[in-house]
Amino acid sequence: MTMINYLSTTLLIGGAIFFLAGTLGLLRFPDVYTRLHALTKADNLGLGLMISGLALQADTWAAAGKLLLIWLLVLLAGASVAHLIANGALRKGIRIWKR
Amino acid sequence: MQTLYLALALFLLLNLCAGMWRILRGPSIADRMLAGQLFGTTAVAILLLLAEATESPAMRDVALVFALLAAVTAVAFVQRAWPDMEEGNDND
Repeated sequence: MTMINYLSTTLLIGGAIFFLAGTLGLLRFPDVYTRLHALTKADNLGLGLMISGLALQADTWAAAGKLLLIWLLVLLAGASVAHLIANGALRKGIRIWKR
Repeated sequence: MQTLYLALALFLLLNLCAGMWRILRGPSIADRMLAGQLFGTTAVAILLLLAEATESPAMRDVALVFALLAAVTAVAFVQRAWPDMEEGNDND
């Protein structure tokens, strides 16, 4: 039991670090395309680590399955959003950042 | 464990507050939308943490709805609410 607690603590803190990195990237990166990169890291990895940490603590298999379903939904949403926004930004003529 | 959940939820809330800066400032409207997407994902994580901390499984369903709505919002934004006027004014 305590071994599982250690494991899920590690996973949860790892997820929080990825969320922090995503927020910092969103604040610091120079244009839409690079910010998209930061956003997808927080979406996929941050939430993924958090959910695997929480799923270790879930009481029933149904609860763990629901957590997994939430993560898959967010993955699907994140992938389609990244594609749509990058495509739209290119077509609307937002310039790609050059140093 | 419960303390850890609550502390992490607080940490994510502080992340949200920092992300507000991008919504206020973001040069193009797409940047604001990206910040909104990050808020949606962070809200899902906060809700899941709170569901585990307060042992109220109903919050997991709320998180599920948030995850569903995030996809719909972004598609609606790209299809409908993104005006064609930011040709020249976003070279920051």
